[in-house]
Amino acid sequence: MGKNNKNTTEKVILKHDHFQTLIDLLKEREYRIVGPTLGEGAIVYDDLNTVDDLPIGWTDDQDGGVYRLKKRNDRAFFGYTVGPHSWKKFLFPSQLRLWKARRDENGFHIENDKNEIRKFAFIGVRSCDLHAISVQDTVFMHGIYSEPNYKARREHTFILAVNCGMAGGTCFCASMSTGPEATSGFDLALTEILQEKGEHYFVVETGTELGAEILLNVPHREAKKEEIHAAETIIKNTSQSMGRTMETKDIKDLLYRNYEHPRWDDVAKRCLTCANCTMVCPTCFCTTVEDVTDLTGEHAERWRKWDSCFTMDFSFIHGGSIRASAKSRYRQWMTHKLATWIDQFGTSGCVGCGRCITWCPVAIDITEETREIRKSEQTHSPNNSIKEGNNNENA
Amino acid sequence: MVDTANPFIPTQYRIQKVLGETYDTFTVELVPLQDNDGFSFLPGQFNMLYVFGVGEAPISLCSDPAIETSIKHTIRAVGTVTSAIQRLGRGGVVGVRGPFGTHWPLDDAKGNDVVIVAGGIGLAPLRPALYQIFAHREKYGRIALLFGARTPHDILYKHELERWRGRFDVEIKVTVDSAINGWRGNVGVVTTLIPGAQFDPLNTIAMICGPEVMMRFTIKELQNRGVKTENIYISMERNMKCGVGFCGHCQFGPTFVCKDGPIFRFDRINTIFGKREI
Ligand SMILES: Cc1cc2nc3c(=O)[nH]c(=O)nc-3n(C[C@H](O)[C@H](O)[C@H](O)COP(=O)(O)OP(=O)(O)OC[C@H]3O[C@@H](n4cnc5c(N)ncnc54)[C@H](O)[C@@H]3O)c2cc1C
Ligand code: SF4
Ligand code: SF4
Ligand code: FES
Repeated sequence: MGKNNKNTTEKVILKHDHFQTLIDLLKEREYRIVGPTLGEGAIVYDDLNTVDDLPIGWTDDQDGGVYRLKKRNDRAFFGYTVGPHSWKKFLFPSQLRLWKARRDENGFHIENDKNEIRKFAFIGVRSCDLHAISVQDTVFMHGIYSEPNYKARREHTFILAVNCGMAGGTCFCASMSTGPEATSGFDLALTEILQEKGEHYFVVETGTELGAEILLNVPHREAKKEEIHAAETIIKNTSQSMGRTMETKDIKDLLYRNYEHPRWDDVAKRCLTCANCTMVCPTCFCTTVEDVTDLTGEHAERWRKWDSCFTMDFSFIHGGSIRASAKSRYRQWMTHKLATWIDQFGTSGCVGCGRCITWCPVAIDITEETREIRKSEQTHSPNNSIKEGNNNENA
Repeated sequence: MVDTANPFIPTQYRIQKVLGETYDTFTVELVPLQDNDGFSFLPGQFNMLYVFGVGEAPISLCSDPAIETSIKHTIRAVGTVTSAIQRLGRGGVVGVRGPFGTHWPLDDAKGNDVVIVAGGIGLAPLRPALYQIFAHREKYGRIALLFGARTPHDILYKHELERWRGRFDVEIKVTVDSAINGWRGNVGVVTTLIPGAQFDPLNTIAMICGPEVMMRFTIKELQNRGVKTENIYISMERNMKCGVGFCGHCQFGPTFVCKDGPIFRFDRINTIFGKREI
């Protein structure tokens, strides 16, 4: 993404038939264009060649454990919400070789493994996912060490955001203050407007100089007051039609107070520890490593793969797994998302995208689990509190 | 020697010496394959040790931090990587990433008595602290080392413990859970050594490393004697895949053991320590 520039916030109108020009301009600049497209029975993120690769005229129906593609009665480019993929698959690939090594007379040496990474242009990033990207930025780039693979991908990513024109059945970004309007972290942001008389255009907001530069070469005109108003109305309506809600007041302490709560036993009875929720979550960052050798034993590689706190191996140390029960693993996940994450990284680990609810085979719902704990807390003895500690003291 | 540009890349070290400690535990002395500026670390920190094609394991530094030309690790062969290091033996090459993590509070301990309580292999990360204390002995008050091993065969650093016993400025007590013929020392868990140890509870820094249950009872016993919670430090163990805060495996409540630990001031974690399956 380019630098932020306050002087470039004037909103303009981009006609839908000029959208391809935008893609072409990004291609000319050697971006790898990725965005929503139909695949695997859902709207996924993959390479886009032309605007026709977008799921034009499609939408999705989502609820706990339910995802269905549906035809719309218009030709909207972005008339759906988020699917099973998130942008982390590009910035933080599910499988990545960290390095390779070769045996030699001295033991072994690490081989030079510089592969060119093409810069990405993300098309159609929703506000919740902008926040998720920012959360992973903090995890991977703002600690003692910077994760070099993430950084290399992230630094040159162009982001075209889309303000949501509808909320999904499992969305709750409005509760998490992460949407539905994209407010930062984009080069360009669009609101799609389809009018009954057939007009189809985007109200475009510029977030960076780079965004402005690209826009310069796409035919556009200044937005009229009523067009800006129409865009604002759409966002407002989306905000008011969230499929889910979550009360976030005091949420960190709520969960810290309730490490021991009967609800964890209850959810453990339903949870299959299948790890779907962690795979679809745009902020989950846990990984494992695999060391492999070839048949000759002369080459070794170290691969990093997405991992999940729902697996038994995850917490294994000599003597057994720390979190052997399903209860402790669900508690770890949800408490991490909503509470410990705040102490670790200064933000919530949940951006309210709803993916974990939609893709849970048994429809476990993080908003409902939180609500149940909050509701029943009064009747439950709160003597298990853990206080916030500054754990960097002796670093 | 962490490559800050890419903390995943290990540096090659040759195993220069192997010393058998017990039937399943050994100490390796490592020297860099390529000359470097020396390896500096603080007592309590750990390295990720890699065996070609096999994998990595977090292992504490156990040598004298004043020596930077070589480093030592005491390793208990319990699984894939630790056994592979044992098989490599002298002359073998391992990959090293580190040093990582927090350290024992040797500066804060100055002017105080120090009680060191170790269980089994837990003595390894405490040894550099003892070296450092001995190198600046006048800065500290009374020093007590209380060490518990399962059996006399499990006692680490036997010769060194003997040598330290000969010093008059440190109290060394060793106990075993179960004795064998010929053992004339203490029998019982390590906590039984605490009531008799010489230190002024109100001016004592305690450093503990061992299995979690052992640490739990040690903390209780120290608190019974009046040692303040904020003066107690423990070293935690969790699964680790990266050592640098990225893999998520080492999480312990709101902390990452690899970067917020492994050494924790106890009052920072006392509300989660001892809770099951955190
Ligand atoms: C900070 C720190 C310092 C330490 N210092 C020392 C030290 O000084 N000396 C020492 O001896 N030890 C030390 N340890 C413990 C040491 O790291 C472990 O004993 C070591 O990781 C074991 O590795 P291994 O490959 O030999 O054993 P394994 O048990 O083969 O491997 C453990 C790893 O493999 C995986 N694994 C193995 N078996 C299973 C299974 N059944 N199911 C799922 N996953 C499995 C786990 O994910 C785990 O990461 C320390 C640990 C920590 C965290
Ligand atoms: S926890 Fe669920 S709702 Fe929250 S960001 Fe992750 S997938 Fe989305
Ligand atoms: S909460 Fe649902 S998606 Fe997550 S591990 Fe349990 S069953 Fe799988
Ligand atoms: S060991 Fe990977 S995050 Fe701590």
